[in-house]
Amino acid sequence: MSAPAKEKVYGLMAEFDSPAAILDAAKKVRDAGYSRWDTFTPFPIHGMDEVMKLGNSLVGWVALGGGAFMFANVAFLIWFSNAWDYPLIVGGKPMFSVPMTFVPAYIMLIMGGAVGALIGMLAFNQLPRLHHPLLKIPQFETASRDKFILLIGATDKNFSVTETRKLLEQLGGAQITLVEDED
Amino acid sequence: MSDSVTNLEELKKLAPPAELRRAPVVEGNLGLGWLTDKLSVFAEGKTPLWWWILFSISAVCATVIFPVCLFYQVFTGVGVWGNNHPVMWGLDIVNFIWWVGVAHAGTLISALLFLTKQHWRTTIGRMAEAMTVFSVMMAGLYPAIHVGRAWFDWFMFPIPNSNGLWPQFRSPLMWDVFAVNTYLVVSMLFFFMGMIPDFATLRDRSTTRVRKAIFSALAMGWTGSARHWHHYEKAYVVLCGLCTLLVFTVSSIVGLDFCTAQIAGWHATIFPLYFVIGAVFCGFGMMLVLLVPLRKWCGLENIITLSHMDKVAKLALVSGLIIDYIYLMEFFIAWYSGDPYERWVFGHRLFGHTYIYLGWTLIGINVCLTQLLWFKKIRSNMLALFIIGLLINCGMWSERFVIVVGSLYQEFLPANWGKYMPTRWDIGLYIGTLGTFFMLYLLFVKFLPMIAISEVKGVMPEADPHHKLGGAKTGGDK
Repeated sequence: MSAPAKEKVYGLMAEFDSPAAILDAAKKVRDAGYSRWDTFTPFPIHGMDEVMKLGNSLVGWVALGGGAFMFANVAFLIWFSNAWDYPLIVGGKPMFSVPMTFVPAYIMLIMGGAVGALIGMLAFNQLPRLHHPLLKIPQFETASRDKFILLIGATDKNFSVTETRKLLEQLGGAQITLVEDED
Repeated sequence: MSDSVTNLEELKKLAPPAELRRAPVVEGNLGLGWLTDKLSVFAEGKTPLWWWILFSISAVCATVIFPVCLFYQVFTGVGVWGNNHPVMWGLDIVNFIWWVGVAHAGTLISALLFLTKQHWRTTIGRMAEAMTVFSVMMAGLYPAIHVGRAWFDWFMFPIPNSNGLWPQFRSPLMWDVFAVNTYLVVSMLFFFMGMIPDFATLRDRSTTRVRKAIFSALAMGWTGSARHWHHYEKAYVVLCGLCTLLVFTVSSIVGLDFCTAQIAGWHATIFPLYFVIGAVFCGFGMMLVLLVPLRKWCGLENIITLSHMDKVAKLALVSGLIIDYIYLMEFFIAWYSGDPYERWVFGHRLFGHTYIYLGWTLIGINVCLTQLLWFKKIRSNMLALFIIGLLINCGMWSERFVIVVGSLYQEFLPANWGKYMPTRWDIGLYIGTLGTFFMLYLLFVKFLPMIAISEVKGVMPEADPHHKLGGAKTGGDK
């Protein structure tokens, strides 16, 4: 066998059968003092946000920022193009008025908000990414099907391969696996 | 509920009677794994014969008729269509409004019903979104070529250029450019974002390297981490809110294209609302046309249940009733205004000559036939729903024709009167867009997750950590 690639421990993962089981396990992992851990589920689990203390997602603010940016920009563009750069008299109305800008600016607010929401979501989730150590584990494929996976990261200050494995066993986790990452 | 409820018998007494209980989202559910298989099997399995037959027909329309009609028109000019003075807006604008309309129900189902927490929308939401995306594409094409010189379309965008030209932002036609483009982009983003977790599911299920590579790229490294879901759910709510705004905005702006004009028949403040509701009604018709065969042929009768079809039909009925009210108001106001031109136009819609058959088609379908949806028997008969859906689309198409052409062909001066008949190029282009729409839709059905796998799983009792089926020790039975 050739020399194996340098691998370092990424964490320990365990599999649970039901949303209630993983929610319960998550509470106990948190109470055991771990801070760098995550759950992987086929759908969002109600109550997991509170257990993991994730707080309020900032994606909404990114969307708001995107929307406000577009709204202001389009309003400015309309003033600039129709009242300043090439003044245009339409129906004897003033060169510029706020109501005339509203519809296009509002439409582009929606555009900015939507793009902001998507980009914000991807950015906070650090997506797209081409590699994730978990995606190499065949057993992890069930996390998008009907299993619920809990991972405790090796960077956690309380992490120890033996102790953490013991905790996961106590919690009823099945198929406890050591996840390794290429260095 | 008090603590005194201890045994099952007492609990049963407190539970609502069977007929008042909510219908399950999925019938005969055998668990999350089964559901995953069931929902992804069509995109993975062997392509059935019906798919090939429908695909060949629509592909011929999309790749032969469509480009031929398109290129001939672009190279020759708008003169190949029947548009001529005084009817400068013909089938191109009729079809534009019709396609935008078809799109609207999709957004309404996927976004508005999400905000109102209707769990049944999870099963049909994705198919509705796909309908939106593809029909907005078809809609957007029409104004782009209707301008006559498609290579000058960039004039409509605020691009600094050496001519010193800027768009005129007071015109609703200009707002339309922004509205339709935004609608296209936002509905595509929404469609795509909703599919990311399902791409991950298909990635994890894939058996060949090619599938794995494609779905890995599309899923972008989605792992289903709680943090991912946390941000994803927030973004989804925000997108739903924005899409709901679009439902009411885009067709309103299309309505404004008309009602800022002086032409009798268009000069009405009801138009924005009229177009929005008409759009939604038409879209529900298209939804029925798509859902009825697909649920049968793709073996999804347990997922898209009769109860869901019933709800779609009820929504079609509600929007149909609002449309009926608007028709009544339109005719009433035309009479009440005392304006002879208004009265002339509206009188001629039903009792004139050239286009009365379309006027009566509109009344016959949108006002009379829709009333059949009051009956449970009709709503649970899939063939009836399919036919009604098709006819609603015809009814709404004739409504748009009546509004556009019916108001233009006899305007204020009799010297300006004329007739409009679509030519073969008008009709060919319409057939081409229909073919393109169905071709894209069939490709979507075959290759992408046509039902939101993670969303459907997420509303199952098995997904609720406080339900017995979700692993909780107590509680549940709802």
